[in-house]
Amino acid sequence: MNSIPRLRDPAAAPRLLLAVCIVALLWPGFSLTEFDPAALFDERGRATIVKFVGTFFPLETSPDFLGLVLKSTFETLAIATAGMAFAILIGWPLALVVTRSLSISRIGPGPGLMPGRLVRMPARFALMFFRSIPEIVWALLFVRAVGLGPAAGVLAIGVTYGGMLGKVYSEILESNDTRPATALLEAGGGRIAAFCYGMWPVALPELVSYSVYRWECAVRASVIMGFVGAGGLGLQMELSMRMLNGGEVSTILLTFLLLVVLADGVSALLRKVTG
Amino acid sequence: MDARLSVKFNKVSLEYPNGVRAVRRLDCEIRKGERVAIIGPSGAGKTSLLRILATALRPSSGTIGVLDTDPWRLDRGNLRRLRSRIGMVHQAPPIPPRQRVVTAVLAGRLGQWPAWRSLASLVYPMDIAGAERMLARMEIADKLFERCDQLSGGQLQRVGVARVLYQRPDLILTDEPVSAVDPALSDRVVGELNREAIERGVTLVASLHAVDLALHRFPRVIGVRAGEIVFDLPPVRVSDGMLAELYASESRTVPTQDNQTLETVPAGVRRRPMFS
Ligand SMILES: Nc1ncnc2c1ncn2[C@@H]1O[C@H](COP(=O)(O)OP(=O)(O)O)[C@@H](O)[C@H]1O
Ligand SMILES: [Mg+2]
Repeated sequence: MNSIPRLRDPAAAPRLLLAVCIVALLWPGFSLTEFDPAALFDERGRATIVKFVGTFFPLETSPDFLGLVLKSTFETLAIATAGMAFAILIGWPLALVVTRSLSISRIGPGPGLMPGRLVRMPARFALMFFRSIPEIVWALLFVRAVGLGPAAGVLAIGVTYGGMLGKVYSEILESNDTRPATALLEAGGGRIAAFCYGMWPVALPELVSYSVYRWECAVRASVIMGFVGAGGLGLQMELSMRMLNGGEVSTILLTFLLLVVLADGVSALLRKVTG
Repeated sequence: MDARLSVKFNKVSLEYPNGVRAVRRLDCEIRKGERVAIIGPSGAGKTSLLRILATALRPSSGTIGVLDTDPWRLDRGNLRRLRSRIGMVHQAPPIPPRQRVVTAVLAGRLGQWPAWRSLASLVYPMDIAGAERMLARMEIADKLFERCDQLSGGQLQRVGVARVLYQRPDLILTDEPVSAVDPALSDRVVGELNREAIERGVTLVASLHAVDLALHRFPRVIGVRAGEIVFDLPPVRVSDGMLAELYASESRTVPTQDNQTLETVPAGVRRRPMFS
């Protein structure tokens, strides 16, 4: 306080270093994947794309097929929704366990710091394990366990998305204002109470919008899992592709677009309600 | 620890991780039922001191006793029970903006309620009348079902006070509880805190920005600067010279409620009734 203040931003050098590091890390990534935007526009590439897209038209709109798509859509929505419900059941408890701001022993630090860490570590590992294995692999596993059909898709989404939700819920909680929850812990409140009274109301809109976005991803994921026999629009899509019926494929793709629009609307609505 | 003591500091120091020493080898005793004001310039360590008392910060060295125990030698369960007996009014009320006032007040008892009751109260508030009574004491009973983000800064601060009144703690700590409340109401709020302490015979420790409020409302005033106690006296013995020196680093005038200069009276003369 008594020395002459230096009028240079002390954060400038670390920031520059960080920027250099990011570029240095991205560069090999681009060269490794042979990323070359020009290839999209050269003569041969363009012709292939045009020909491929051409087979998508006209859309298939026969009532029979639309009925089939409608039924598959409901099935897909059901898989995605049930999968999300399952994922939330897995993700929430783990999120509450790994969220450091909800730790009572951290204050001080007080008694129980080591036991707390010993519980948090396996929980964090479980979350990583669940989401590190792609849902399609989980699906193949569950198809063997519970047989072909939507149940395998539900389980696969539940496990993978449970891992993602747990991690991101916890990060959302940490990145919002944690003082209300901390104050409640400091007044003798328990972990669950501190969460419900101190964090939930703070983070609700963000939690809702992330969950709806994940539900949208689950719809897409359930499609991919349809390819391995988990039913829904994916199964339909696979059949159409196998028969090289571009019109049917594009009708199904249009359905996806509508589903995303729907998810967007739901998200906006829920944000308004909870805002 | 002497059973008549509510707080005992024994050579307590606090150093933050960044190396700032906010509290330096502090000794202090506060008896049960005492009402103490802590004053001092900003950065003096008032908040740090209160947070140590609230068992929210652990001293880097020295020992403390709060409500007959050394909190840092308790096990988890007993530490939680101790904390539920300490109520802290924070300077910036740590209340989620989206929460309703009634919920924010009822949250004061979370340390005492079983988990099922805390959760049930989110579905339907368990003690609307109780919350309303505390809000009435803060003159904001009409805000009972409003959302906290619809309140002014001063109103929100009073919700924070109402929460701690509802908690009914054995040790009431308040960190500049009226910094955003206008002067007339400040006196009322600090008066209510004093009344609570007197009626229930519990201890009140309040840091205050406005020196006049401290001198008029509290029988004991502790001046803190740079993490050390400069004086610890009944208000009648706090001289203008002491105050001027306490705030010398901050400004030429001693901070008061409406920024008017403190009436100068010869040292040692009673200024105003200590408590009315
Ligand atoms: N979380 C913190 N980390 C580091 N330094 C802090 C922290 N909180 C307060 N300080 C420093 O400790 C000193 C005392 O702060 P504080 O107790 O907040 O004083 P007061 O409440 O009297 O204004 C100040 O110099 C402040 O900068
Ligand atoms: Mg302060």
